[in-house]
Amino acid sequence: MSQSTIVVAEATTEAPAEGEAPASGEAGHTTEGTAAEGGHGGFPPMDAHTFPSQIFWLVIFFGLLYLLMSKVALPKMAAVLDKRHKAIEGDLAKASALKHETEAAIQHYEKSLADARANAQGIATETRSKIADEIEAERSALEKTLSSKLAEADSRISATKAKAMQDVHEVAAETAAEIVSELTGHKVSKEHAAKAIAGLKG
Amino acid sequence: MAQGIDPIHQFQLHDLAGPWNIAGHEISFTNSALFMGIAVGLITVILLAAAARGALVPGRLQSVGEMWYEFVHNMVQNVLGHEGKAFFPLVFTIFSFVLFANMLGMFPYFFTVTSHVVVTASLAVFVVALVVVVGIAKHGLGWFKLFVPSGVPLVILPFISLIEVISFLSRPVSLGLRLFGNMLAGHIVLKVFAGFVVLLGSMGLGGIIGSIAPLGMAVALTALEFLVAFLQAFVFAILTCVYLNDALHTHH
Repeated sequence: MSQSTIVVAEATTEAPAEGEAPASGEAGHTTEGTAAEGGHGGFPPMDAHTFPSQIFWLVIFFGLLYLLMSKVALPKMAAVLDKRHKAIEGDLAKASALKHETEAAIQHYEKSLADARANAQGIATETRSKIADEIEAERSALEKTLSSKLAEADSRISATKAKAMQDVHEVAAETAAEIVSELTGHKVSKEHAAKAIAGLKG
Repeated sequence: MAQGIDPIHQFQLHDLAGPWNIAGHEISFTNSALFMGIAVGLITVILLAAAARGALVPGRLQSVGEMWYEFVHNMVQNVLGHEGKAFFPLVFTIFSFVLFANMLGMFPYFFTVTSHVVVTASLAVFVVALVVVVGIAKHGLGWFKLFVPSGVPLVILPFISLIEVISFLSRPVSLGLRLFGNMLAGHIVLKVFAGFVVLLGSMGLGGIIGSIAPLGMAVALTALEFLVAFLQAFVFAILTCVYLNDALHTHH
């Protein structure tokens, strides 16, 4: 087995030297090993005979691939990636818009809360002052009635007192007239007695 | 059996249709052309299937397609900037074509399109020619200042310019040969180690035991070759970007 390999290898190396003889323009062979061909050099990649075919098909297939890529596949791929990019960007924009909205709502809520608090404070102050006023008014009214009642009572006391004093004078005159008539037997009129008492009082 | 072990045989071209001739040149449809076509078909079918549903939340296939697209897109964006947009389809085509040609070559009995120097060199020459065309179209003759770095003393300027020209002209050579060499050497080495396994295996029990080491080697090399297949496609594409960058933005 190994011997046959060596034979092939030798044939391969010899090929270029002896191989100029067979027709070099011949096309379409190469199915059996290089040794049999000979004519175009032993090492396939250096076989200039195959160059035109390879270049020809390379140009065709490379050009075809370039057209397919640049006109069909890559734009499609770019569209897919662009779509995702846009979707992500749109979602982010939406998220930030929603966030702004939330912030605005929070601000609004806080503002109305502060407003309500201020409002409540105002109402409380107002109510407090109103109540204080009412209390004050009631108190002053009560004081007024009390003082008027007091004054009335005072006047009644002084009237009573004056009447009492009057009565005392009458009683004193009567008593004095009685006493005088008892002592002297003289009838003394009440008027005299009253005059006399008034004179005493002086 | 000898053919199974000959590590060069896998690079042989066969005519599948033809022979056809154009202007005295043979352009028969070979196995190389077949696998170019398979690569083109696979790339197109996979990408179209990936983009077909266009789901907002991608499935497996769509994720692969998007990763593939964005990988190349980011590469072009990073190297070429905004102006590179026009070249994105081209770089994508180059990357995908080379990647699929390399990867298809990893299947047993499949032909590796990129293991032929004429294919890789054609791509490389095309890229560098495009750089020259785009450079002149964009900057006019001023683009040739690329070869005359500023801030260099006048005495050594001709020498530097000569080196710049040589380095520019060696680009297609290095670009094409790198890919070709990697694919060719990788496949030959794989075949050689796999051939050891077959040879030793046919020598009885001792040979079978002895073939374990090359078998392990072949497995490890297969993994390495998959990496190389991807890496070379990436290198080819990013160097295309870097060279195009010279055409778009003349730094010197």
